[in-house]
Amino acid sequence: MMQTDVLVVGGGPAATWAAESAVTAGARVILVDKGYCGASGAAAASGNNLWYVPPGPKREASIRKKADQAQGLVDQEWMERVVSTTWDRLFDLSDWGYPFPVDDDGIQRRSSLQGPEYLRRMRRRIHRAGVQILDHHPALELLIDADGVVAGAAGIARQDGGRRWEIAAGAVVLATGGCAFLSGTFGTNPDTGDGHLMAAEAGAELSGMEFSTHYGPSAAWGVHTKGRMLQFATLYEADGARIDIPPGGSVRGIAMAREIAGQQVFASLEGVPENLRDMMRYSQPNYFVPLEKAGIDVFRDRYPLRMVYEGTIRGTGGLRVAGPECQTTVPGLFAAGDVATRELITGGISGGGAYNGSWAISSGTFAGRGAARFAAARGLRTAELRPDGRVGLRPERSGTAEPELADELITATQDRILPPALTVRRTGEELLITEKITDGLWQTARAELGGRTDGRDALRDRQAAAMIAHLRWITASALYRRESRSMHRRLDYPELGDQNYRIVVGGLDEIWNRPETGADERLAS
Amino acid sequence: MIEIVSKDRCVSCDVCIRVCPMNVFDRGADGIPVISRQVDCQSCFLCEAYCPTDALYVAPFDHPVPAGSDQADEQAQIAAGALGSYRAVLGWGRGRRNGSRLDQNHLFGVNGVGGAGGPGSGVRP
Repeated sequence: MMQTDVLVVGGGPAATWAAESAVTAGARVILVDKGYCGASGAAAASGNNLWYVPPGPKREASIRKKADQAQGLVDQEWMERVVSTTWDRLFDLSDWGYPFPVDDDGIQRRSSLQGPEYLRRMRRRIHRAGVQILDHHPALELLIDADGVVAGAAGIARQDGGRRWEIAAGAVVLATGGCAFLSGTFGTNPDTGDGHLMAAEAGAELSGMEFSTHYGPSAAWGVHTKGRMLQFATLYEADGARIDIPPGGSVRGIAMAREIAGQQVFASLEGVPENLRDMMRYSQPNYFVPLEKAGIDVFRDRYPLRMVYEGTIRGTGGLRVAGPECQTTVPGLFAAGDVATRELITGGISGGGAYNGSWAISSGTFAGRGAARFAAARGLRTAELRPDGRVGLRPERSGTAEPELADELITATQDRILPPALTVRRTGEELLITEKITDGLWQTARAELGGRTDGRDALRDRQAAAMIAHLRWITASALYRRESRSMHRRLDYPELGDQNYRIVVGGLDEIWNRPETGADERLAS
Repeated sequence: MIEIVSKDRCVSCDVCIRVCPMNVFDRGADGIPVISRQVDCQSCFLCEAYCPTDALYVAPFDHPVPAGSDQADEQAQIAAGALGSYRAVLGWGRGRRNGSRLDQNHLFGVNGVGGAGGPGSGVRP
């Protein structure tokens, strides 16, 4: 069995910042990624705007403004930590050579990171710092020691015939991303909620799972959900009539309403002046490149839009953060990036835009340092490590599943979350139906799913279990929040109510909810 | 989804096999990568970005293209300048300047939330 002080699971920004922070703190670090560290996840494929504000009155004003937008649920102290850590860490990234744009005054503009370049740099940095990177090593389960402390993980080497690996570690950082239920949104398909499932098996709590209703606009035939440039778009009906965007309205809002109504809407950037066009292209290449490949000149043509689900990636919920080092509620287990709830800094609004990028950097930093400290204090235990994975790995009735079972379970799960009519406009009635259906899916998975040896099959089984669990937490939390707040909208409770607290959820066979209490918060600060 | 692996351009460096986060490729007997699991492709274009010889083409669709489509026709895509177009805009490859140097997102803030820190945020054309 391989051994290390800190094991980081994941390969996106939060994972690399965690690995960098742990190795710099003196820990031996192994990073295992499902895909390729540098290309995996939502950030590498896209652009990353950051919440990047200098210290002083401007920062204070930004925090105040964001706290107001968040309709409660945020934690001012956390907001300050995140924005100040992001600020500091971007100086490091600059030192490591990230090629920031420089403005006319010779100042680096650091509020945006181009995904491929950013993650390539981060990989190089952690490699040089001594982190051992294992690509195509999806983790399937945690290892727990005799004291109930997380002490490693196990998984498969999918480019090595699905060979099983086990790594003992003094502490584990989960940085496995959110979950978009394989909706296809580019960059997000590695993010199937595997980390959430592993953590929940060990007893970790989640929070904010009802804040999971975000969709992004892409071409009707595509997966490239890029919204920023669409603020400059002109919209048209299918019959060519121009759609007026009312004051306070947005392209996104209109596209979403049309999607729910089953009406196609068309967009064009025809109104953008020539002198801005190149600038836009270099700022958002993966908005323009896919459209150009499809033969669309957005500055001339109109193209149809669709809205694609972005789950808890550009939603907000995730593992509950139970301490300043991004501890989960399970000893030895830390969470960074989108696998953790971002409510502390966003409340119930989307983490897309600038929050998630800054959260990845800062939570990665906190978790990496915390895990290094935990591992140094406790030391490595390698005796009697128990593999903790269950549903999707070790079925109760082994060998009974049809080969199509995982695909069927995934499709049945997607059917209850991807349609915006179910997710954007929730009702108690539909949520109860989803609850009933997903209870059944979980029972089936528990009984039959798993035990296949091929690498892709084994991973797919586990992913299916992870997505069912994810939807069950989302559904329970959406039922529990009997009000409309931020991105969570209930048609049967259309007003903002008095649930001015975060909603905790957990459990696997039995899902439970409770309000987060003052005692929880005091522990976390 | 990935549609084209150019045998003429491929130098069998295996980099696409390594970097694909969805593990779409396998190494073929002749050293040329084979698209073994096209259904898993999420069109992130990162294989294109990393390919040193612009030998790959990922079509911008969420489904495989029908037989006979231009989108799976190597010569048609070479003629259209599509092979390597993402790598070019990223500024990756010898003699190129990093595209990130031209990133002007601070000028294109999203109403309300994004563009934090960019004093010019919210520019409207």
